[in-house]
Formats: sequence, structure tokens, C-alpha cells
Amino acid sequence: MKAKVYVMLKQGVLDPQGEAVKHALGALGFDGVEGVRQGKVIELDLAPGTTEETVKEMCEKLLANTVIESYRIEI
Amino acid sequence: MHAAVIVFPGSNCDRDLAVAFEHAGAKVSMVWHKDADLPDGVDVVGIPGGFSFGDYLRCGAIAANSPITRSVINHVERGGYALGICNGFQVLTETGLLPGALRRNANLKFLCKSVDLRVEDCDTPYLKGYEPGQVISIPIAHHDGNYFVDDDKLKQLRDEGRIAFTYVDNPNGSVADIAGVVSRNRRVLGMMPHPERAAEPAHGGTDGKAMFDGLLREMALA
Repeated sequence: MKAKVYVMLKQGVLDPQGEAVKHALGALGFDGVEGVRQGKVIELDLAPGTTEETVKEMCEKLLANTVIESYRIEI
Repeated sequence: MHAAVIVFPGSNCDRDLAVAFEHAGAKVSMVWHKDADLPDGVDVVGIPGGFSFGDYLRCGAIAANSPITRSVINHVERGGYALGICNGFQVLTETGLLPGALRRNANLKFLCKSVDLRVEDCDTPYLKGYEPGQVISIPIAHHDGNYFVDDDKLKQLRDEGRIAFTYVDNPNGSVADIAGVVSRNRRVLGMMPHPERAAEPAHGGTDGKAMFDGLLREMALA
């Protein structure tokens, strides 16, 4: 069983890396990019029966820093 | 006075921090992160700079879940002192012992230089060697020192006088120029700049020495 966790900086928290990517895309001539947010995807290989609740706990305790990051779980 | 300096894989300012504590008159124990307990009688825990666990996942996130960290949290909850510098500050925010989080520097650059810090009007044993408003020169060396707190928390830090240091010329985008904050009981200090790297003349500066001397003097009186 696999789960994917998407971790992103919360809206309102400046994302300097996303901003840099946006500028780089602009420099390449892509004019239509109005915003870029960069995050990470964490793939978990889980034992059968692991609940989403447990994955949520993993996110809260380690995978995301909820002061600045939000997360989304896909199972 | 007994200081413990925690060593994680990837810590690289642990020796410097130990020497700074020693020169201020403390007995120092180096403590490996896999140890479950701090040595008996530790008064202050130093969490050093470096790149614990290669900064994997987030700076300080894995170290915040190391076995020794539970003991450090217990030590602080019992009223013990803790000083986190650079990566140590990141570890302290990850544990929740200090508020906020450290993001990537706003200009995305690793910054390694001396900066001017303003000593804020913050009543804590760590600042007894300084005057409020004093400007000191202390080195920084970080990629993720961009301090973040939301508006409510910032107001709380200001109202409670818990901002210890601010940057005179903000190098990294930190909210409200914040370079260091203390816990509500004022015994935990986290800061991105490195006072232990400006603690004897051979370092090229001595403005950090007063922090260690002042802290040990205060702890002796307490």
C-alpha cells in the first residue's frame, strides 16, 4: 500500500524558491507564469492496514512543519 | 556550572560552543544524540550549529526527534536553560520549545559574514552582559535563517519582550528583523548568529563573549 504526502508552504508564507523559479521561467521567455510555489512529495510504502489517521500523525509529527507548511495525503 | 553540548551527526560548531562555555568557567560534557539522558546536574544545554542529519527533510527536523531531544525537552520543562545557535535554533523551533520556523533565506544565498545585531530590551540571563540597544558584531553562516512567525505570534513576542536580537541590516528576510528569541520563562534562547565564533581575540571579534560570561554569572546567582 502506498501513500503520497504533498507538503507545501502555506499561502501567505513567502516561498523564495518558487519566486526564483518564476523569474527563471520569465527569463526563458515564458510570459504567462503568474506564480510558482515549490513543495515536496513524499512517497510512503506502507504495511497493509496502515490508516490514513496514522499517516496524518506522521505528517503532524515529522513530515510537515505546520507552522509554515500545509500537507495533503493521497492514499 | 555544568553545560552539556549535544552532538548530532553533522553538527560542526559543537567544539566551538564547548570552548566558549569552558572559557566562561563551565564544566562541559559532550552528549551524543543517541544517549537517552543528559548527565546528572546539567544546568544549561547547548545545541550547536551545523547541518544535523544533512538538513534532510527540513533543517533540524530529524534532530528534533532524536532520543536525547526528549531529555532536553524535559530539562527545559523543569526550568533548565538551553541555548540553540543556528542549527540549534532550528532544532528548538522544530521541537516547539521556541515559536516560529526558519525558512530559506529570502535571496536564496548561503550567507557567511559578520553582521551587526541590536541587543533588544529583553530581560533574560543571556543578555546580562549587554546593554539594551547595544550594537554588536557577530558572524552568521546559514542558508535557512529567514525567521517566520505569524502576526499574532509576533505581537505576543513583542508584548512579552521576548525578542532578544534583531539585525541592524536584515540579511535574510526574517520577519521584523528577528535574529533571536527567548522562551516565555526566558531560559531558552535561540539565535541564528554565532556568538561562540566571536568569543576570543583570535576569532577576529569578541562581542559574543559577554553572552557566555553574563549567562554563567546569572546562573551562579540564581
